[in-house]
Amino acid sequence: MEIVNLFGWEIKEKIERGEISEKEVFDAFYERASSSSLNTFITLAEGREEKKEGKLRGIPFGIKDNILVRGMKNTCGSKILHDFIAPYDATCIERLKKEGGVILGKTNMDEFAMGSSNEYSAFGPVKNPFDPERVPGGSSGGSAAAVANLEVPIALGSDTGGSVRQPAAFCGVFGLKPTYGRISRYGLVAFASSLDQIGIIARTVKDIALTLEVIAGYDPMDSTSSPEGVPPYSKIIEEPCGYKTLGVPEELISGCDEEILNAFQRTLEILQRLGHKIVRITLPHAKYYLPTYEIIAMAEASSNLARYDGVRYGLRVEGESAEEIIEKTRMRGFGPEVKRRIMVGTYVLSKGYREEYYGKAQRVRTIIKEELEEALREVDFIITPTAPFLPFKLGERKEDPIKMYLSDVFTVFANLAGLPAISIPGGRINGLPWGFQVTGRAWDEENLLTFAYHLEREGGWSLRQ
Amino acid sequence: MEFEAVIGMELHVQLKTETKLFCSCRVEFGAPPNKNVCPVCLGMPGVLPVLNKKAVEHALRVAIALNCRINRESLFARKNYFYPDLPKGYQITQYTTPIGWNGWIDVNGKKIRIKRVHLEEESAKTVLEGDYAYIDFNRAGIPLVEIVTEPDLTSPGDAVQFVKTLQTLLRYLGVSDADMEKGQLRCEPNVSVRRRGEEKLGTRREIKNLNSIRSLERGIRYEIDQQIKILSSGGEVERATLLWDEKEEVTRPMRMKEEEEDYRYFPEPDLPPLLLTEDFIKEIRKTMPELPHERKERLIKEGLREYDADILTRDLERGRYYDEVVSLTSDPPETAKWVITELKEKFPPARELAWIINAVKEGKITRNAGKEILKEVIEKGKPAEEIVKEKGMTQVSDEEEIRKLVEQAFEMHPEEKERLFSGERKLVGFFIGEVMKLSGRRANPGVVKRMIEEMLG
Ligand SMILES: [Zn+2]
Repeated sequence: MEIVNLFGWEIKEKIERGEISEKEVFDAFYERASSSSLNTFITLAEGREEKKEGKLRGIPFGIKDNILVRGMKNTCGSKILHDFIAPYDATCIERLKKEGGVILGKTNMDEFAMGSSNEYSAFGPVKNPFDPERVPGGSSGGSAAAVANLEVPIALGSDTGGSVRQPAAFCGVFGLKPTYGRISRYGLVAFASSLDQIGIIARTVKDIALTLEVIAGYDPMDSTSSPEGVPPYSKIIEEPCGYKTLGVPEELISGCDEEILNAFQRTLEILQRLGHKIVRITLPHAKYYLPTYEIIAMAEASSNLARYDGVRYGLRVEGESAEEIIEKTRMRGFGPEVKRRIMVGTYVLSKGYREEYYGKAQRVRTIIKEELEEALREVDFIITPTAPFLPFKLGERKEDPIKMYLSDVFTVFANLAGLPAISIPGGRINGLPWGFQVTGRAWDEENLLTFAYHLEREGGWSLRQ
Repeated sequence: MEFEAVIGMELHVQLKTETKLFCSCRVEFGAPPNKNVCPVCLGMPGVLPVLNKKAVEHALRVAIALNCRINRESLFARKNYFYPDLPKGYQITQYTTPIGWNGWIDVNGKKIRIKRVHLEEESAKTVLEGDYAYIDFNRAGIPLVEIVTEPDLTSPGDAVQFVKTLQTLLRYLGVSDADMEKGQLRCEPNVSVRRRGEEKLGTRREIKNLNSIRSLERGIRYEIDQQIKILSSGGEVERATLLWDEKEEVTRPMRMKEEEEDYRYFPEPDLPPLLLTEDFIKEIRKTMPELPHERKERLIKEGLREYDADILTRDLERGRYYDEVVSLTSDPPETAKWVITELKEKFPPARELAWIINAVKEGKITRNAGKEILKEVIEKGKPAEEIVKEKGMTQVSDEEEIRKLVEQAFEMHPEEKERLFSGERKLVGFFIGEVMKLSGRRANPGVVKRMIEEMLG
């Protein structure tokens, strides 16, 4: 088998047994990534760090370009940070490196993680490995496409409303968004702080489990990270899974494309054959998920992106006064989608509107959280398709934000409630990948990953190529 | 027509912590520009704030000392606005739930109500030079407490007294040096004027850039006069924020309130709510230092005059020194006299001054000798006892010795002696003086007087 076909954990074992060297591994993936025609990477590493022992020894990682790697460019897919060199390592990067993980490069993304198709990157769109005329999903499109195209075995992304899970589904790979607070956000460039969570994309659940156990856990630099213990996921997932009860929220998925719905139905049948129980659940506030998410995400984004003013770093467009510098820099530095969200976010926080929009959204968020927690007392997992449609053509939704935002319709609730969710590749429809999403209880990545791992092995969803 | 002023105050106080409010950069006055900075206080991408516990303790001390109600759960909020000296484009502050609220402070017998006490981060400092503005981020992220009063002050003098009282309090608490010239304490009074007897408040204007007590006083006085002028000529005061021009001694409008900014406050998602447990609050209450009014009361109870007690309360350094000395002399009034009148800037070791005070009391040395010794102790850093021995300054109280000196003085001034013995008693003083001279000022004047009177029969 070629090196690029190996899973991450296999690479590590082969290196430990002396069957391949770190250099061979790095070179093989570097070669594939640098010759890729998908525009997956914005920056490739200039070299490999000294080899190290550890749980991730020699495994190359693709890192979304909004997670800081010291000394490497960190553009966030934006012109405004086109030349920004990260002055420190994000906590998750520090932990990856400590366990011998190797940074292969920084992956392309929608500008500031705002988008669902990767078309809003200042560095050009990423293409879907299954059809270069189609989008890979977003905003972690570079990460998902790179993993699917064997340019890197594992990649990190960020997920604010589905930005790891949806591109994973579009590219036919696994994508996990852990519980909010599970992985430190220190060094992840903020989009919407109360929703953002670093996620992991790979071709096997085992690689996700292995990576999670390394990078998860309390970080004194992130006051919202949790002291909750981190179990050895990569071992736990090998244990028996048992039969689970999965809840299908009918009203949430009713608006889904026919072909996806049919494939989803067949998936549910397979799950039943495997012995799992499928039940209907009711989520009365489902229609408020997306608007609630949008208000909160854009409000927080409008504040989080205020620091890009041309004063201290990044792009600066000169002007006669400080005010003019700030205005011109932001005018030229941000793309249209980012501007749109900053404007909406500013509006919903403005005097006279704050209560009506932001205040109300916060209250609805509490209700949504309770509703989902309630549902997860009745069932082990909530199951839905990951996205309501298949990977669409480049340019198809770019000019229609409302249609674009619909990509997140099944994924945002996990962010609103801080729940862990994983997208599992469901196979192909007309040659294009689709995925389904399993959402678990807060802090219970253990059961979620075990379940996903067993499906990967027994359900016929393995990606072994 | 009689007018009266109504004044409220907003104060910003830099807290004296080792490190900044949300990162571990040092807080240091006078460091070279941009020395104490890191990704967090520079607002780099991806950074997150981590709250400094010491700053919370300090803010809580202030809230307790100002008799505030304490919020057991308080939230941080983002105040959003663009300014080059604001690294993140927002300031982390407290909005709906300050640490303390609804308090009061006694200022010379008048109760000034405190609306709120909250914790927030300082901005960077802009330095203008020629055509350029330079920004020093050393200051960015230093912890501040903001203290807001109700409009309970009625004159510039009132405002000055309030600020001075607060300065003393903050120094007592050890939370800030509260030096206005260094920007550690900044006052923004809001002033309005109304016709006496009227209930409704007039339109208020805020004054910024008052960098000393003197400016504070003059700025408010100027603004009151301005508003009275406007009102008496039938005009209307417009809402505005004013800047005090220290050179010209006038205020200038910075912005009219029509363009009031909308700060789009919302809860800071990067920080969990600040929970102050009963135990934590109890611990802080237990470790509160003696407060100014408590100190003054104690000193008066210990036997000091109110005037002395006041000085030893306002001047905390002198007051603490006094405490140390008095514990070695057990004579509060006498010790206060020495500490207040005989010491300027430099204080000798407490035990040296105590030795001198005790020696004077025991009659070992004269008061004048004591003062001279004190001077030398301060200048040369020598122990008082050693100086006394070297110079043979010990007081002479031996009756035989003094009797001899008196006789010597009589011999030197036979005419005066004659008059004294024939009943001119006022000459006793003259001979005491002569004997003192003869003794090199070492004779105990009390004994000298007694001996002369004895000899007179
Ligand atoms: Zn700092």
